[in-house]
Amino acid sequence: MDSLDLVRLNLASPMVLGFVLGIVATLLKSELKLPEALHSGLSSYLLLAIGLKGGGELAKAPLDELSGPLLATLAIGVTSPIWCFAALRTFGKLGVVDAAAIAAHYGSVSVVTFTACGTFLDGAQVGYEGFMSALVAFLEVPAIVVAILLARRASTSAAPWGETLREVLGGKSNLLLCGGVAIGALAGPSLEQVKPFFVDPFKGVLTLFLIDMGALAARRLSDLRAAGGFLAGFALVMPLVNGAIGAMLGEFAGLSLGGTTIFATMVASASYIAAPVAVRIALPEANPALYLTSSLAITFPFNLTVGIPVYHAIARWLHA
Amino acid sequence: MQSPAGSTPDPVRTVALKRVTIVGEAVLEKRLVALVRDAGAKGFTRLACSGEGSRGVRASDWEGANVKLETLVSAEVANVILATLARDYFEHFAVVAYVDEVHVVRGDKYV
Repeated sequence: MDSLDLVRLNLASPMVLGFVLGIVATLLKSELKLPEALHSGLSSYLLLAIGLKGGGELAKAPLDELSGPLLATLAIGVTSPIWCFAALRTFGKLGVVDAAAIAAHYGSVSVVTFTACGTFLDGAQVGYEGFMSALVAFLEVPAIVVAILLARRASTSAAPWGETLREVLGGKSNLLLCGGVAIGALAGPSLEQVKPFFVDPFKGVLTLFLIDMGALAARRLSDLRAAGGFLAGFALVMPLVNGAIGAMLGEFAGLSLGGTTIFATMVASASYIAAPVAVRIALPEANPALYLTSSLAITFPFNLTVGIPVYHAIARWLHA
Repeated sequence: MQSPAGSTPDPVRTVALKRVTIVGEAVLEKRLVALVRDAGAKGFTRLACSGEGSRGVRASDWEGANVKLETLVSAEVANVILATLARDYFEHFAVVAYVDEVHVVRGDKYV
């Protein structure tokens, strides 16, 4: 399959088309938004399902196969917010707090982008390591903590550390992901019992959720002007840079072609569930219009449509 | 209970209290509840709500849009709540607060 076929395959998946439907509906000023409680419930379902799957596979994976990718995940989680921060400060001339807030989002991971990459690889019939979903849980938090550390020297209103850590570690998304991994690892084979609920309907739920995400992302588009040209460019270029670095690191860590693609996508993605909440509390003076618009309205749609096939192409090139 | 035909019920005794209403972004919910309790309020009513104002952007669609807290308190407690809000939240967060005078049945419970 050549790269163009892969892009076509990706764009024609029910999930991506659902996302487009959400965008179109919002642009037509139609009220497609899911009720808030359902949106929150569906995200809980997706996070827990991903955690369970990752935990189950984690328990099965031999340690020597796992240690490289795990170390790579932690290393990139700690370092990527630093170069994102440096780029935002140097090229965008952003203030310390805003730059750190955005760096927290780009260093952390978007679980939905990760999931979309998995379904893309399923469609392209490329296998990948099942424990990748567990790595997502390890990538979510470190970048947020590092970025908040970067901002604290300059922030006048930063929340106390204890409160910040509680917010990051005890946040719903982290608890569901890590809790899911723990349950999956402990339950092992008895996970079969919940498979009809957590595995089989997963892609259907994801499609429904992505319709809602499309609507949310499109509503953020009106904030684009506040974000400005530099940030719009950053939100397109940074994922490509991070994706390329992620692909190299994944390949180096000994992942398969599919695993490398997923790893690159994880590194390229920007958080919009865990990071915004943590940053809002920890760095109140950072402007949410900047970090949310770039991660949710630009980077997320970009990765979902174009980014994932590009990262796969990079991984294939490296893997050959 | 229905009053007997022809007679009007005795006037119900009410107590004058302050009703403090706070509307803020949903990520603040736990903190606002703690603030109200620490100030000395005996209870509160919490509602999820949405709306628009000068700030507009919310950090999280996942936490919900806004939260509205209403509490019945003495004038002193109302003042503590408002002063703390002004000190800790008005500058960086989307928060609205107002006070009105209400006449509460069984009002002694709230002071």
